[in-house]
Amino acid sequence: MQIASSWKRSAALLAAALLLPLLVACGGAAPAAEPTKAAEPTAAAAEPTKAAEPTAAPAEPTATAEAAAPASDPKSLKILYWQAPTVLNPHVSSGTKDFDAATVILEPLAHYNEKDELVAYLAEEIPTIENGGVAKDGTSVTWKLKKGVKWSDGTDFTADDVIFTWKYASDPKTAATTSSNYTIIKDITAVDANTVKITWAAPTPNPYGSFVSFSGMIIQKKQFENCVGEKALTDAACQAANLAPVGTNAYMLKEFKPGDTVTYVKSPTYRNADKTAFDTVEIKGGGDATTAGNAVCQTAEADYAWNLQVPKAALEPILAGGKCQPIAGGSFGVERIVINFSNPDAALGKKRSEPSQPHPFLTNPKVRQAINMAIDRKAIVENLYGPTGVANCNILVVPESVNSKNTTCERDIEGAKKLMDEAGFPEKDGARADKDGKPLALYFQTSINTLRQGEQAIIKSNLKELGIAVSLKAVDAGVFFSGDVGIDDTLNKMYVDMQMYTNGPDGVDSASYLAGWTCAKMNSAENKWNGGNDGRYCNKDYDALYAKYAAEFDTAKRTALAIELNDMLIKDNAVIPLVNRRTPNAIINGLVGPTYNTFDSGLWNIDSWHK
Amino acid sequence: MAANLADTTANDIAELANKKPRTLWGDAWRRFKRHRLAMFGSIVMIVITVGVLIGPYVWTVNREELDFTAIMSQPVANHPFGTDDLGRDQFARALYGGRISLSVGFAAMVIAVSIGTLIGAISGYLGGYVDEVLTFITNLFLSLPTLPLLLLTVYLFRNDVTAKLGLEFGMFVIVVVMVGVLAWMQTARIVRAQFITLKQKEFVEAAICLGVKRSDIMFRHILPNAVSPIIVAATLEIGNAILSESTLSFLGIGFPPDTPTWGRLVTDGSQFLQTTAHLALIPAALIFITVLSINFMGDGLRDALDPRSRL
Repeated sequence: MQIASSWKRSAALLAAALLLPLLVACGGAAPAAEPTKAAEPTAAAAEPTKAAEPTAAPAEPTATAEAAAPASDPKSLKILYWQAPTVLNPHVSSGTKDFDAATVILEPLAHYNEKDELVAYLAEEIPTIENGGVAKDGTSVTWKLKKGVKWSDGTDFTADDVIFTWKYASDPKTAATTSSNYTIIKDITAVDANTVKITWAAPTPNPYGSFVSFSGMIIQKKQFENCVGEKALTDAACQAANLAPVGTNAYMLKEFKPGDTVTYVKSPTYRNADKTAFDTVEIKGGGDATTAGNAVCQTAEADYAWNLQVPKAALEPILAGGKCQPIAGGSFGVERIVINFSNPDAALGKKRSEPSQPHPFLTNPKVRQAINMAIDRKAIVENLYGPTGVANCNILVVPESVNSKNTTCERDIEGAKKLMDEAGFPEKDGARADKDGKPLALYFQTSINTLRQGEQAIIKSNLKELGIAVSLKAVDAGVFFSGDVGIDDTLNKMYVDMQMYTNGPDGVDSASYLAGWTCAKMNSAENKWNGGNDGRYCNKDYDALYAKYAAEFDTAKRTALAIELNDMLIKDNAVIPLVNRRTPNAIINGLVGPTYNTFDSGLWNIDSWHK
Repeated sequence: MAANLADTTANDIAELANKKPRTLWGDAWRRFKRHRLAMFGSIVMIVITVGVLIGPYVWTVNREELDFTAIMSQPVANHPFGTDDLGRDQFARALYGGRISLSVGFAAMVIAVSIGTLIGAISGYLGGYVDEVLTFITNLFLSLPTLPLLLLTVYLFRNDVTAKLGLEFGMFVIVVVMVGVLAWMQTARIVRAQFITLKQKEFVEAAICLGVKRSDIMFRHILPNAVSPIIVAATLEIGNAILSESTLSFLGIGFPPDTPTWGRLVTDGSQFLQTTAHLALIPAALIFITVLSINFMGDGLRDALDPRSRL
């Protein structure tokens, strides 16, 4: 009797043990992710590069996948994000998943397409100097708005909504993550109900710094007018609005479970409602990249899988499933190690990681340089990224015109050791210590993701060779990329010595991105850890060069200055770029419309997707 | 004839006198030995325990060493469990991971059994209002969803504890304490039931009449008589704790990412099921075999310590 019972239990346990990994591969749920285009604060604008030349009409949806096998339900669209959306107001969000989830509802005046060209959305056309929309002296830009656009509650979209969005996002007390795109505006006036004139705080070479791309989405005045300032995040009604914004796009919110699922339905008030392809759209968050990839490419349970950031050895069999097409191109962002220039020691209490507390040894430029030289980028790319990443020495890689050719990052462990010796950290028995005999040790965090944990392992091994002990920490992506000031494990607080994630400029103009290393942007408790400079890097020379760059109107000079800024950061080892990521999304065969997009949401043109 | 009979009887008596008296534990051991699955489980556990304890000294491959010339290797002689996508030897990692899993299992069991025994003993012996309150608390804890609570606890206390104790030991403490604190209820119920029965016995009444202190009656007189079911519960608790730790590691929440617990190895390997399934299946099998063996041992102990058992 007992034996029989034991065998039954054994059989059940055996089944469970063997099913566990299979379930993971077939559709389990686990966390992970990173903010690739989390809005970096801007201090000034840049100029439109050639790549940013506007197009006259919306781009045709690209048939990225010929219908080798028809996607399941033609009237529903299921999208998988292994990083779950937590808020739908893009101006208080901090991660790609939030911006993308908001993109389904809200619209900017214009989106970037896959060719880095501007496509008018809420705007009637893209303003240029030629059509008189952009002032020749760079002081203003005039946008004509599409007529007849309605919010999903049936009210009219007008110039007032544009003006309100500016006031909302630029109010410092709102602490909008997109504030840098709006604080550059001096004033906006409604020329008429469907025309707005934006006057910049300072003449700018970039007329598209505001209301464009995922950070430029316009929120409804009626819904948010009582949410300007601190109430944006503290008032219950405003918090509710952040989770359920009224929009102008083809879909409107049906249900949102933060950290889980967003369900949308067709908006009856959309200007092209008759062309909207799907009755329902669902963004399912959570899980992991492998699961998401398999759900599209192997089992065809979903239509779109975002960011298949999995090791090379796992990606190849996923894509070989035959039911999907990868979409890759441009730059998904630069995977980088951010050095903490402040001291994250918990013993400092409230002063922990405050800019006023310098790091005990990472402020030493030779130590940073040695760390940079010790890292084996080639091993990271060849063994983990494969075709989805390129070893990279620059922090600014797109547009291609600003990708510096002046930097190198070949591994040189002997040179790195020599630098550490010179820095006053001699090696003894394979470890290095400071002059007081305290061993050099670093805490190194990133989000939970198998590929990233692989990178961590390589970097830990590299630094061990250098004589620096590294303790690894992996944080749930939803926490790591959260803007919640109540959480200690966020990248904004950076209570560690080094952290790793991917980021890149949010537009063809690099000004806001490069502002992320200026002194004024250093994260601290004062700015709710949301300044945008998470490494707390502060260099007056960089600030001065940045100011020069921000004021420069000449395209060629501006490009040269951007490269110079990049080079300064790299030579100072303010940040350590690792990989230019070309992580693919995957779409099911038969889904038409999705494109790769370097400077905008991958869902930028979801209104035109169809099966 | 009569003399022979007398000699025989005398010899028997002498033999009996020389024979060691049978004890509870001796009987239990004899019964346990007859339980084949329990013996199988015990042998496997001894092998695993000894393996993870001395294995790293015998198999001296560095578990953190990266070897890009041998990535994703199938199991071969110099890599019995194969290698991962960074060329790390999975056997060395599994040996180390076993230490973590077993340590968590035993330590959490000690905590769970200690709390459970204390609460069960007080509840069962004192009865009345105290019993009602403690039973309510026990039921309350039983109704708590263990995994979400574990996750929440890890998030709440991870930074403070690891800052003081280091990442790996800090996480060990958090996991062990929380798994233990959330697993004492079954033991408490068992102990309570035993105490309610045993406190009616004559030896307890005798102790009370002799003026023995209440705490001494509980822990020196009754508890030793209730130890059998506690041992069984403790055994099973080890398996549950190992599974809890594996679950946390599988979710990437538990130990640091470079600590190769068995749950972590399953997670890491699960991405390569299509090409190198053994990376996930071997650690999953290790978890399974360990927990199964512990359960076999628990079954065997239950039967062996049950005086009504006829095994």
